[in-house]
Amino acid sequence: MTDTPQEPLKRTPLHAAHLRAGARMVPFGGWDMPVQYSGLKAEHDAVRTGAGVFDVSHMGEFRVTGEGALAFLQSVTTNDVSKLKAGRAQYNWLPGVQGGLVDDIYIYMVRDGEYLMVVNAGNIAKDWAHLNAHTQGFDVTLTDESDRWGLLAVQGPKTPELLQPHTDTDLSAKKKNAFFQTKLFGFDVWLARTGYTGEDGFEVFAVASEAETVWDKLLAIGLTPAGLGARDTLRLEAGFPLYGHEFSDTIHPLSSTYAWVVKDKAHVGRNHISLAPSQKLVGLRLERVPVREGYPVKVAGQVVGHVTSGTSSPTLGHPIAMALVEAAYATAETFEVEVRGKDHPATRMELPFYKA
Amino acid sequence: MTNTPSDLKYAASHEWLSADGTVGITDFAQEQLGDVVYVELPEVGRVIEAGETIAVVESVKTASDIYAPASGTVVAVNEDLRGTPELVNSAPYEGGWLFKLDVTGEGDLMDAGAYTSANN
Repeated sequence: MTDTPQEPLKRTPLHAAHLRAGARMVPFGGWDMPVQYSGLKAEHDAVRTGAGVFDVSHMGEFRVTGEGALAFLQSVTTNDVSKLKAGRAQYNWLPGVQGGLVDDIYIYMVRDGEYLMVVNAGNIAKDWAHLNAHTQGFDVTLTDESDRWGLLAVQGPKTPELLQPHTDTDLSAKKKNAFFQTKLFGFDVWLARTGYTGEDGFEVFAVASEAETVWDKLLAIGLTPAGLGARDTLRLEAGFPLYGHEFSDTIHPLSSTYAWVVKDKAHVGRNHISLAPSQKLVGLRLERVPVREGYPVKVAGQVVGHVTSGTSSPTLGHPIAMALVEAAYATAETFEVEVRGKDHPATRMELPFYKA
Repeated sequence: MTNTPSDLKYAASHEWLSADGTVGITDFAQEQLGDVVYVELPEVGRVIEAGETIAVVESVKTASDIYAPASGTVVAVNEDLRGTPELVNSAPYEGGWLFKLDVTGEGDLMDAGAYTSANN
């Protein structure tokens, strides 16, 4: 506990809906968020086998417009935004100037000269300052639309069939990373065929004042409300890095298995990203004891890294973890993880742990 | 509502103690924890002071320390939890017990009524 005065926790447009659904609320990135409703495992399983819905309204949305929007985005990201077409989404990184990542983001192209950027909740203020510090010389306007949108992630193999009767768009024609405007339950929304669970699904951008009704209608057609707890076990099984764990302002971004996000182009972080990372991210499997962030990872008794995320995998039935280890040890097959003073054997497992 | 048997004593940290020295965690605690996936039990013979950390119960998301509700010596541990830790969820006062103490002195414990009102 701390005596430091804290900012009051922010609330998403769905706050009342979470309380109605019996959610257990926790502070997350400055927001009062649901960690679980019926139970983490039940919510996790619903997303793997049926359909679940997450409130991700705490994430930030910035609109990037102007004739120089593309050139600006190219200069502040590592992926090639020129490859993005209107109606498509792209995973991307905001590299730091000195090192690490400012954030990992998604960019959605609306039309020529207009993009929407979705950023992590805990990084909204930092990203906003960073982006605005790099607009000089570009004909670009940045607008923080974080309060305008309620963002819902509808995830799981049954989501297309559940949503189809309630939209005027043929969802089967929309491939992964499609981004389009449509009606859902009669409301004007944007849908993106993207997500963070390793399952098929959509992210729904609804006007904040209409988000609660959309949420209620999603529950009424059979989607299971799912909290941050299930979101974390799902993303970890899918091998997705999480900012603050596998990415940070100091972790070399190429430590992760996502080298494809860096294209050969000029950008603000090019100098440090071109250096080889001293650590690599590995997947670990344990037999029984769950391991948590920060636990030491060893090879033959010598500490070579630490766990960045760990859980007991609800789908696989054994503990899994991601760990940053010295690059020289990244191909070792067996490790030990120290848990409360005792070493437990772990074997390296290719990422992702789970693929739909 | 969670179950709080009247014949047990309760620690503010959510352990229960029976008259014969058996220790477990409460129904309220197991519900807060969620699905238990691993329990780290103490060694038989360990001598413990009330309030010391003596075991760890891990759910999918978190590890929670278990504190001794009484001073004494560990005389038995629940071996069934090594294979079926979920007993802590399904039967917190029966098959999901954690360990037994030869009690030499109780800690600061509440009766069922006081524990229930403290957690409402």
